[in-house]
Amino acid sequence: MSLPAIRIASVTKRYGSVQALAGVDLEVDRGEFFGLLGPNGAGKTTLISSLSGLVRADSGTLEVMGHDVVSDYRNARRKLGVVPQELVFDPFFTVRELLRIQSGYFGIRHNDDWIDEILASLDLTAKASANMRMLSGGMKRRVLVAQALVHRPPVIVLDEPTAGVDVELRQGLWQFIRKLNRDGHTIVLTTHYLEEAEALCGRIAMLKAGRVVALDTTDNLLQRFATHSLRVRLDRPEIAGRLGATLAEGGWAEFALDTYDEVEPTLARLREAGGRIVEMQLGEADLERVFVEVMHHA
Amino acid sequence: MPESRLAGFRTLLYKEVLRFWKVGFQTVLAPVINAMLFLLIFSHVLDRHVTGYGEVAYTAFLVPGLVMMSLLQNAFANSSSSLIQSKITGNIIFVLLPPLSYREFYAAYVIASMLRGLFVGAGVLLVSIPFVDLSLAAPGWALAFALMGSAILASLGVIAGIWADKFDQLAGFQNFLIMPLTMLSGVFYSLHSLPQLWQDVSHANPFFFMIDGFRYGFFGQSDVSPWLSLGVVSVCLMLLAALTLAMLARGYKLRA
Repeated sequence: MSLPAIRIASVTKRYGSVQALAGVDLEVDRGEFFGLLGPNGAGKTTLISSLSGLVRADSGTLEVMGHDVVSDYRNARRKLGVVPQELVFDPFFTVRELLRIQSGYFGIRHNDDWIDEILASLDLTAKASANMRMLSGGMKRRVLVAQALVHRPPVIVLDEPTAGVDVELRQGLWQFIRKLNRDGHTIVLTTHYLEEAEALCGRIAMLKAGRVVALDTTDNLLQRFATHSLRVRLDRPEIAGRLGATLAEGGWAEFALDTYDEVEPTLARLREAGGRIVEMQLGEADLERVFVEVMHHA
Repeated sequence: MPESRLAGFRTLLYKEVLRFWKVGFQTVLAPVINAMLFLLIFSHVLDRHVTGYGEVAYTAFLVPGLVMMSLLQNAFANSSSSLIQSKITGNIIFVLLPPLSYREFYAAYVIASMLRGLFVGAGVLLVSIPFVDLSLAAPGWALAFALMGSAILASLGVIAGIWADKFDQLAGFQNFLIMPLTMLSGVFYSLHSLPQLWQDVSHANPFFFMIDGFRYGFFGQSDVSPWLSLGVVSVCLMLLAALTLAMLARGYKLRA
C-alpha cells in the first residue's frame, strides 16, 4: 500500500497561552480532494504552516509523501505546493521573473515550457512581462497559484484561495484545480465558503480549537449530521411548535427530517392537528448545517 | 526539468543581487554621491590643515575611510532592508517554502550584500581618483578587509532584518549602532590625533580595525598593526556568522 500524501500524527503547537493545535491526527490519501474546515482560530493555517515548514510544531510528526517535514525537509518541500492565504507578492519583479526565481529555489532551471503552460492555464500569458505591482488582486491571486505549481508538486495546499475573489475568477480557479486533481494531484483546501467545500471535496476534516472534531467523506457527513428539512408557514404557528418543529421568524416552522419519505406523514400530522399551510419549502442537507451542528456539539 | 543541488542558493543570490541592481540609483549611485560630497567638503576644509600618519595628505587619507564606510553601511543596508521588507510584506514565505537550508539562506543574503557593499566601495574609489593621488601599497590587505568588513556588516544586517518587526526598529539599529560605530571608527581622522582616553575607547570599536586595516592596504602604514586588525576582524566575523547561523537554524522570528 502506498504511503498517504499527508500524514499528521499527534501534532501540537502552542503560542503563549493559546493552544493552536492540541494533538491533531490526520491522513490524506494520494489523489484526494480534501477539505479542512473550521472557524477562525481553529488552527487550520497553523496546521498548514506546520506542514509547509513555516511553523515548527511543538510535538508530533508531519509527513508529505512519506517525507518528514523536519528531518527530510528538502524532499517534503519539493512535494508540496502552498497557495498562501494572504495576497503577498514581491514588487521588484515581473510575473515571469518571479516564476523563474521560484523554480530556481526548487533547484529547477530552464522551466519556461512549464511556466508557459501554467500561465496559459491561469489566463496570465498576457501579463507575463508585467510587474507584480501592476496586477489586479485577482491576477495576483492567480500568480500565487502559479508560484505554488512551478515545481510540479504532487500535493497542493490552498489556504482560502478564493477569499475576496470575484465569481468568474473563482469558477476559473476551481476548474483549473479540479483538472489538477484529475491529473493525480492531491489537493487540500481550506475555505470559509462551505458550498465550495461541499462541491469539491471528497473528504472533509473539521477543526475546532486545535482539534479534529469531525473527519469523514463529504457524503457521510451530510448524511450523518444534516437532515433534510420541511419549512412551513401555518395560519396557526403554535400548532407546529406542539408537533416538535423549531419556530423561526416570520411565522415559519422547521421540521427536521432524515429522509424525504417523512414529508407526507409530517404533513398528515399537521392536517390532523388542524393547521392550514400558507407556504411550504423543502430544504436539502448542506454542509453549512453540518458545520453548524458539529461546531455546536464539539 | 533539470535539477541542481546548488541552484536554490544560486537563485536566491541572483534574486538578491537583481533586487538591489533594479534600483541601482538608490542602492549604488546615491551612496557614491553621498561619499563624494563628504570628500569634497572635508578635503576642501581640512586638506591644508590636517595630515594622516604625519605626511599623508588629508584627502588621500580620507578616501580609504570613505570607501570603507560606504562599503560597510551598504552591506548592512542591503540584507537588513531586504529581509524586513520581505517580512513586512509577507513575501518572505517564497524563500521559506522552498527546500533551501539555513546555510544557503545565510550565504545568499550575505554574499549579495557583500557585492552591493563592494560595488559601492569600488564606485567611491573610482570617482575619487581624479581628486587624489592614491596608490595601493598592499592590495591584498585592502581586499581582505573589504571582504571581511562587508561580510560582518552583511551578517549584522541579517540579524537586524530578522530581529526587527518594524522599520522603526531597524532605523534604531542603524542610527544608534551602525552609524555611530562607523563614524567614530577613524573614517575622518587618525586615531593618534585623539586624546588617549578616546584612543582607548576606539580600540573597543571593531569598525576601527576594519577601516584601519583597509587603510594599511593603501599606505602600508596604520594606527595599529594590520595583523591585530586582522585578528579582531576575523574573530568578529566568526562570532557574528555563528550567531546569525544559530538564529537561522532555530528559525528565530522566521519559522514561528
